[in-house]
Amino acid sequence: MNDYEAVIGLEVHAEMLTQSKIFCGCSAKFGAPPNEHTCPLCLGLPGVLPVLNRRVVEFAIKAGLATECAIAPVSRWARKNYFYPDLPKGYQISQYELPICVGGRIDIEVDGEAKVIRLTRIHMEEDTGKNIHDQHGDASLVDYNRSGVPLLEIVSEPDLRSPAEAGAYLRKLRTILQYLEVCDGNMEEGSFRCDANVSMRLRGAATLGTKAEVKNMNSFRSVERALEYEISRQTDLIRNGERVSQETRLWDADREMTRSMRSKESAHDYRYFPEPDLLPLAVPEAWIAEIRATLPELPDARRERFMREYGLPPYDAEVLTARKDVADYFEAAVRAHPNAKAISNWVMGDVLRVIRERKLDEALVIREWPVPPAHLAGFGRLIDDATISGKMAKSVFEQMLATGAAPQQIVADQGLSQVTDSGAIEDAITAVLAANGAKVAEYRAGKDKLFGFFVGQVMKATQGKANPQKVNDLLKQRLAS
Amino acid sequence: MSELTDLTIAEAQRRLRARELTSLELTRAVLARLEATDAALHAFITRTPERALEQAQAADARLAAGDAPALCGIPLAIKDIILTKGVRTTAGSNILANFIAPYDATVTRKLRDAGAVFVGKANCDEFAMGSSNENSAYGPARNPWQRDRVPGGSSGGSAVAVAARQALGALGTDTGGSIRQPASLTGIVGLKPTYGRVSRYGVIAYASSLDQVGPMARTVEDCALLLEAIAGHDPLDSTSVPRPVPAYAAQLGAGIKGLRIGLPKEYFVEGMAADVVNGVRDAVRQLEALGAVVEDVSLPHTEYAIAAYYLIATAEASSNLARYDGTRYGLRADRNHGLLDMYQQTRSQGFGPEVKRRIMLGTYALSAGYYDAFYLKAQQVRTLIRRDFEQVFARCQAIVTPTTPTTAFRIGEKVTDPLEMYLSDIFTISVNLAGLPGLALPCGFDRGGLPIGLQIIGRPFDELTVLQTGYAYEQATPWHDRQPPE
Repeated sequence: MNDYEAVIGLEVHAEMLTQSKIFCGCSAKFGAPPNEHTCPLCLGLPGVLPVLNRRVVEFAIKAGLATECAIAPVSRWARKNYFYPDLPKGYQISQYELPICVGGRIDIEVDGEAKVIRLTRIHMEEDTGKNIHDQHGDASLVDYNRSGVPLLEIVSEPDLRSPAEAGAYLRKLRTILQYLEVCDGNMEEGSFRCDANVSMRLRGAATLGTKAEVKNMNSFRSVERALEYEISRQTDLIRNGERVSQETRLWDADREMTRSMRSKESAHDYRYFPEPDLLPLAVPEAWIAEIRATLPELPDARRERFMREYGLPPYDAEVLTARKDVADYFEAAVRAHPNAKAISNWVMGDVLRVIRERKLDEALVIREWPVPPAHLAGFGRLIDDATISGKMAKSVFEQMLATGAAPQQIVADQGLSQVTDSGAIEDAITAVLAANGAKVAEYRAGKDKLFGFFVGQVMKATQGKANPQKVNDLLKQRLAS
Repeated sequence: MSELTDLTIAEAQRRLRARELTSLELTRAVLARLEATDAALHAFITRTPERALEQAQAADARLAAGDAPALCGIPLAIKDIILTKGVRTTAGSNILANFIAPYDATVTRKLRDAGAVFVGKANCDEFAMGSSNENSAYGPARNPWQRDRVPGGSSGGSAVAVAARQALGALGTDTGGSIRQPASLTGIVGLKPTYGRVSRYGVIAYASSLDQVGPMARTVEDCALLLEAIAGHDPLDSTSVPRPVPAYAAQLGAGIKGLRIGLPKEYFVEGMAADVVNGVRDAVRQLEALGAVVEDVSLPHTEYAIAAYYLIATAEASSNLARYDGTRYGLRADRNHGLLDMYQQTRSQGFGPEVKRRIMLGTYALSAGYYDAFYLKAQQVRTLIRRDFEQVFARCQAIVTPTTPTTAFRIGEKVTDPLEMYLSDIFTISVNLAGLPGLALPCGFDRGGLPIGLQIIGRPFDELTVLQTGYAYEQATPWHDRQPPE
């Protein structure tokens, strides 16, 4: 396999999280009953004209700035013409010759190796409606709720060389867009879609081989598997002296293979021309600067800072910065109780587990936390100043989850404070030793295993609240004497 | 014949305000005339007498209360390519035979809010493609001057409605001359405003970068009044321009002393009817008598205008008409086997031959391998044509030309030769390519008694000079008093 290398480029369509559609005031929200979010414009009725949603441009510029693209001072709209029932006007308003963002990059890391994937361009366009087959006899239904929802099309250069790199690229891109709150990155719901262009060539060759376009990959795993399949298929063809056809292939997730879309229009001539109903889009420098100032700290920079500032290991930093809201949560907690490693463990271990269980991570931004950051901070403090033992901590945490009460409140209400007072522990030890004279003798005679028995009894006598370390130390002393 | 239907909008306005006349009386007179004449003239695809009477009553209430806008109570015809809510709007096509407009075009809404009365939807060439109204799927409209002749197109029905007194004014649209040419063939006044002056929202698109809605009426003053009512920025039309609308009608009488007018030599060509040439030259002399200074100028790229237009307009049209596919509204062919068949059957049955011709031409002009040589090149030529005008307008304030090379031709005469039909637009088409305002008004009659039209072209957004020039000429001449035979 090693004499050939894969050359992969990815085209991502990301639905933008604006309130309204790109050219009309209809809601762009997902999930409404069919055709509820429509108007003459996004239905392509006679006589309608597009009016550009300013927020869409703002989001496109945000995405461009976050990926280090050049923002075109003037960009143009274009019509992409073809017939299909989900395309009401018979053309899609997109950008062709002069897109709003050019160049740019996304940094990825695979197996510890860093790599830069260059972007060709980012542009804005409108989404189509949805065709629904197999729901009404042999008729097809069309839902135009999605028609006119704003899309960002992000095109990479063919810099990717493996399915793993492709996966890393998609995950990084998605995280960036989520940080910007420009897209919620949901592949299963269709708000983040990916098409791939794959070709093979001899390693070190300067020219590109014939590429196949692969579509219908509905998850990151599908993308990786489809690419694996395609690479294998094309390599086999080449090794057998056959030609790779330039074609569009669909990923079949059930059969785990790609199939040629031979039935569809072979080479589509979209007859692009500048959209006469919209003016060229001029974006003033001042506005770009304003938008730049609103950019959040981006994922890579934040991860680096977490490692630097909080001394966190790379894995922790990666997990905590995979979502901006989690990173924000973590920092809020640490601000209130500066034990970054401890907070990090609780977040990664328990908080994220509960979030996943309760599917809170399905929202783009988590607003209601199972344990508010202030409570987590308080909790951390109670452990670190030994008010509660490690064993107690678990129970306190469960109660915080169940009741939403502050940890200090829970500890006070239930008198869960750890007993650290030596006097109290000594008294308990005295009582236990007195009650178990025979065993004490056996221990002193050499039966070391009994130590655990005494520890258990002391803990029982203190309702489990004694500080285990102290119990250990004091018991040792008493039993030794 | 009721003299009420002879009223100009300006006169009707005065009488309505003076309470000498009610809109109901006026509307009834107009509707009666419509009823009596339209079987022969066929200026309307859809008549709306009940709604008109309701509107007239509402208008009378406002007039009585004293808070009536300028066009309150005035009966008008609306070209059937402009959407009127709740009323069938066909664009002169079979493919929209059953289409009830779910919303008002902005121009419709403005007139409706102003209290105007809509008597019906005027006949037109299908999707505004034509110069004779013979491409209407609903039958041709007839020129009231001689009923075996065309009224021109594509706003043929609007022109007939005004000329035959079936309405006091009308809205038309003009993409390559479709207001000005029929105005001239029927002896009325028609204005194509500067591109962007009037909203295109709710106007069924033919060629997006060329289409404009404009007024058609019997006098220049009436056109000025209509223009004031419909002009202005519309947030729903991204190509409409946020410039204030002057009070055109109040400033018409400024006179044209010292006005510098250009007469382009390229607009006096072989194949023009001699009477037309003479009529226009007489008009020029009249303008000079009124104090204008006329000089010969040149618009050297004029000969490329028709070619450029028939590439740009058809390209845009091929895209604009893609939505008529039987999926959501309009005609859907009865028996079809699958998606492609549905598209093909619907569009084959729904579109007439000229529309098909232009869609094919436009698709070709945009297709891979031909885009640069045709569409792109045509747009570049368009820039040259615009620059020709800019250069002339550096010296002149207006340009005067004939509107059409001939007077009204016979129905059926040019139908078999589309290219010959295209040549009727030769003097109007550059004005659309350059986005300029153009007024057509009567300047005489040929030996056969058919109207001859004069065209006045102005600088961008200078409708005022164009209207003032037209007004001065009109007031010094008898043409607007002549009426077609009964």
